[in-house]
Amino acid sequence: MRDRLLDDSTARLRQDAAAELRASEPAAGGGVIESWDLSVGVDGPGTRFVVFTCGCPLRCLYCHNPETWRMRDGRRVTVDEVMSEVDRYRRFISVAGGGVTVSGGEPLLQPRFTGELLRRCHDSGLHTALDTSGFLGDRASDALLADTDLVLLDIKSWNPQGYRRLTGASLEPTLRFARRLADLGRPVWVRFVLVPGHTDAEENVDGLARFVATLGNVERVDVLPFHRMAAGKYARLGLAFPLADVRPPDRALLERVHAQFAAHGVTSV
Amino acid sequence: MTVTEVRTQGPAQATAHEAWRGFRGTTWRGSVDVRDFIQANYTPYEADESFLAGPTDRTRAVWAEVSSLFGEERRRGVYDVDTATPSSITSHRPGYIDSGRELIVGLQTDAPLKRAIMPAGGLRMVENGLAAYGYTLDPKVREIFTKYRKTHNDGVFDAYTPEIRAARRAGIITGLPDAYGRGRIVGDYRRVALYGVDRLIEAKRAELRSLDGDFSTDAVIRDREELAEQIRALDELKQMAASYGYDISRPAGTAREAIQWLYFAYLAAVKEQNGAAMSLGRTSTFVDVYLERDLAEGRLTEQQAQELVDDFVIKLRIVRFLRTPEYDQLFSGDPTWVTESIGGIGADGRPLVTRTSYRYLQTLRNLGPAPEPNLTVFWSPRLPEPFKRFCAALSIETSSIQYESDELMRPAYGDDTAIACCVSAAPVGKQMQFFGARVNLAKALLYAVNGGRDEISGEQVGPAYPALTGDVLDYDQVAAAFDRMMDWLAKTYVNALNVIHYMHDKYAYERIEMALHDYPVKRTLACGIAGLSVAADSLSAIRHATVRVLRDVTGLAVDYVVEGDYPAYGNNDDRADAIAVDLVKSFMDKIRRHPSYRGAEHTQSVLTITSNVVYGTHTGNTPDGRRAGTPFAPGANPMNGRDRHGLVASALSVAKLPYDQARDGISLTSTVTPDGLGRTADDRVADLVGVLDGYFDAGGFHMNVNVLDRATLIDAMDHPEKYPQLTIRVSGYAVNFVRLTREQQQDVIDRTFHGRL
Repeated sequence: MRDRLLDDSTARLRQDAAAELRASEPAAGGGVIESWDLSVGVDGPGTRFVVFTCGCPLRCLYCHNPETWRMRDGRRVTVDEVMSEVDRYRRFISVAGGGVTVSGGEPLLQPRFTGELLRRCHDSGLHTALDTSGFLGDRASDALLADTDLVLLDIKSWNPQGYRRLTGASLEPTLRFARRLADLGRPVWVRFVLVPGHTDAEENVDGLARFVATLGNVERVDVLPFHRMAAGKYARLGLAFPLADVRPPDRALLERVHAQFAAHGVTSV
Repeated sequence: MTVTEVRTQGPAQATAHEAWRGFRGTTWRGSVDVRDFIQANYTPYEADESFLAGPTDRTRAVWAEVSSLFGEERRRGVYDVDTATPSSITSHRPGYIDSGRELIVGLQTDAPLKRAIMPAGGLRMVENGLAAYGYTLDPKVREIFTKYRKTHNDGVFDAYTPEIRAARRAGIITGLPDAYGRGRIVGDYRRVALYGVDRLIEAKRAELRSLDGDFSTDAVIRDREELAEQIRALDELKQMAASYGYDISRPAGTAREAIQWLYFAYLAAVKEQNGAAMSLGRTSTFVDVYLERDLAEGRLTEQQAQELVDDFVIKLRIVRFLRTPEYDQLFSGDPTWVTESIGGIGADGRPLVTRTSYRYLQTLRNLGPAPEPNLTVFWSPRLPEPFKRFCAALSIETSSIQYESDELMRPAYGDDTAIACCVSAAPVGKQMQFFGARVNLAKALLYAVNGGRDEISGEQVGPAYPALTGDVLDYDQVAAAFDRMMDWLAKTYVNALNVIHYMHDKYAYERIEMALHDYPVKRTLACGIAGLSVAADSLSAIRHATVRVLRDVTGLAVDYVVEGDYPAYGNNDDRADAIAVDLVKSFMDKIRRHPSYRGAEHTQSVLTITSNVVYGTHTGNTPDGRRAGTPFAPGANPMNGRDRHGLVASALSVAKLPYDQARDGISLTSTVTPDGLGRTADDRVADLVGVLDGYFDAGGFHMNVNVLDRATLIDAMDHPEKYPQLTIRVSGYAVNFVRLTREQQQDVIDRTFHGRL
C-alpha cells in the first residue's frame, strides 16, 4: 500500500517535471535561481561561486535539492545581478584558486541565462564549470560549451531502465551529450551517485566504467555515496523522501566500485 | 680599565665563547636582543616534511606514562593538589614523570598533574577551587592570606565603585581578571637560553641603576621596586634550576640545554602565576639555531632532535592550574593557552619557517592531537608552499592549529611578534598587556532600549536614561540610545580595568615574566567586546525588518518579534557587515576617551573565547530574534545558522572588521566537515591552503579551522571514553571536546557545519 502511494506521488512529481520542460526561460539577460553559495572542493576544483538555477526536468529519487525542482518557485535575477555578486568573490577566488559553477536544478533548462553567465565569467578570466545531468545537452550550444572549462556530468545510471526508474527520463540524451563533449574535447568530471539497490549492480558500474574509458576527455569520476541528509528538506516541503529506507553505501561497496573503475583505467575519487 | 674588565668578565666570557661557538652577528652580543640573534643565525627551510622523524620508544613510554593519569584527572576534575604550599618559583622540590627517561625536566610541583595553589591572585578562587574537588585549604595558608597578606582580589574590591559592581553582577562586564591572575604576559624565555641568567641580572641591575638619578615620584619608586623584584625572581630561577641539577647562570651550550633553559624560564612563570593565559612566545626558530648546530656538529640525529622537541612539548601539555568549575565553564574546559607562534615572514622577506617549525608541528602526529600547546601558525600567502600544505594537512588531521595573519602583524609589531592567549599579538619581550576581558554589547543594546534597566532582573544597572517607547523599534532612536549606553559602558569598563591592573601590579606582580622584558616596557590595555554579531544583527533587523517590542507589566522590554527578513552579518553583505564594522570602530573610539592605568595604549579584541555560551545565558531575548539564554556566536563569528552562503562568505564578512580598531585581535572559528573541503585528501589540503590564502589576503586576522563531522561529535558526546584526544578549535584555542559540558558540546554541534548537502 505504502509503496503504491509513493509511486503515485513520484508519478505526479514526474508529470510536474515534464511541465518544467515546457517552462519558458525568462527574457534575455535574466534567469531563475534558487540561491547562490560559496563552496569549497565539492562543485568543481577549489573555491566555487555556485549558482543554483531553478527548474529541473528530472525527479531523481535521491535528489537532495528538491527546492530547485520548479522554475516557478525560484527567484528571478538578472545576469548583471549575479555578476555583481560574483565580483565580490573574484579576488578571493583568484587567490584561493577556484571559479564559478552553474548548477541546479538543471542549468540547461535556461540555456540562454546559463550561457551568458558562463560567457561573462569566462571572459573575465574565471574558471567556469557546468553541473548538469546532460538530459538537455542538446540545448547547450557549442558557444556555451566553449565558455565552459569543465563539465560536471551526472550519469546517474548505465542501465536505461534503471535510469528511467531513478530519474523518470531517458538515458540516451546524456550519453549523446557525453559523446559530443568528448568530440569537442571539453574536460569532464563524471559524477555517479552510488545508491544501494538502485545503481550499485556490478554490471551497471561496469558498463558505466567501460563507457567512460572510451571517452578520453573524462579527468575523473566522482563516486558520490548516497546520503539521507536531505530527508529533512522533504519533510519541510511536505514531500515523502522516496529513499528514506535506503542506507548509505558501506565501505566495502565503495571500494568495490572504485576498483571497478580502476579496472577500466578510469580515475575515480 | 681593560684589566678590570678582564678580571670581572673573564670567566663569563669564556663560557659565552664556548656556548656561542659558530654563531654569527654582533648586535645581540652587546645587548639583550634575541631577534637580532635569530636573524643573524637562522636557516630558513623551504622544502617539505619528509625529513621528519616519528616518536621514539622513549617518547612513547613517557607520554604513555603521563597519559595514563589523564583518565583519573578527567573523572575527578583534578588529579591532585598541594593544598599547603603557596606556589613560587622555588616552592616545590623537583618533580618528574620518569626521571630515568625524561630529556627535559621540571614540573610545577613535585609530581605530574599535581596542581599548586596561588593565593596572591585571590584566596576565594583558591578555596572555591579546592572545595569543588573535595579539598580544603591548609588553615595556615588561610590565616596568612586573611590576616597578614592581602590579595589582588581583596585590593580590587576595596577600590571598585558600586556602579562597577552592579555592571559586573549583571554580566554586562564579565570575565574580569579581578579574582585570579590576569595572564597574557609573555616573557622572552629565550633570553635565559641565549644569555644565561647572570647576564640578564647584570642587565636588570643596569636598568635599576639608570633610575638612581631620578626623583622618587610614584612612578619611579614603583619602577625601582619592580626591577628589584625582577632581579630577585631571576635569582630564584637559578635556584629552581639548580634543584634539578642545572646551572643556568651561564648560556646554554647545546640544543638540549637551550630547550631546558628556555623551559625552566617558562616553568618559573607558571609556578608563580595562574594567569588566564600563559603563553610561550615564539621559540621554534630560536631553538632551531641550536638544533641545527648540534646536528652539524654530529651531537644529534634527526631522531634525537625530534625527541627533544617531543619531550619539551609533553611538558607544555601538562601545565595545570587550580581553577573553579565556574571558571572552566566560562573558558570552556581548562585552558592554559600555552600559545607558541610558528612561521611567518621576516622583515627581510625570508620565511621564518625552519625545520624546527616542522618539528613542533610534528608533535601533533608523534604524541597525537592536543589542545596545548596552542600551536599558532603565522600565515602569509608568501609562506613556502610545502609548509602551507603541511599545516593544512595537519589541520585536517587534528584540528589543532590556529592561523593568524602575519601580513597584519608584521607591519604593526615587527617580525619577532608572538601571540598571547589566542589572538593578542605583541613583540616578544618588549610589550605586555593588561588583560581586560570584555563587555557584552548585545546586553548593552537591551539596556539602551530599557533605559539602563537589566532585561532579566529589572534592576537599574546602567544610567537611568529614558526607556524607548512605542511598539516598533525605530532605528534612529535605538542607534542614538545605544550610542549613549555604550558611552557609559566604555567609561565604567575602563574604570574597572584601571582598578584591576593597579591592584594586580601591587599584589600579584609578574616578577619573572617582567624580568624577561625590556625596560621600559610598552603596555596595552586590552579591552574586548562580546556579542558583536547579535548586536549587529539586531540593528540590521531594526533597520531592515519590523521589530515589535513586548513589555512586561513594569514596562520592561522582555521580548521582540521580528517581522520580515533582514540581512544578517556573515553573508558578505555590506548592509549588515557595515553595522558590525561601525560598532567595532565606535566602541574602540569610546574606550580611548578614558585615561588608562600607567598610560597603556587602549586596544580591543573581538574574541570572546567560548564564554559566548555564558554570555548568552546571561542575556535576554534580543531584537535579532535570538531567544534568551541562547549562546552567542564565538568571537567575531556570525550567529549560528545565519551565515547562509558557506564558510567563505562568512569569513569575508569577518575580514571586514578593521584590525587597526581591534589590535587585540579578531577571532573567527570555522568548522567544516572533511567533505566540505574536497573529495580527495590532496584536494582538501590544496583547498584549505587556498581558503587560508584567500582569507588572509582579504584582510582576515585569525582563523580556527575545525575539520570534523557531526556524527563523530555526537558519538563523542555519548562515549567520551572513546575520544580522549578529540580536539576542536573554539574561538582562538583548541579544547578537548570530551571535557566540555554537555551544553557546550551541543553548541559546538549546532554551530554551522559548512558542508552543503
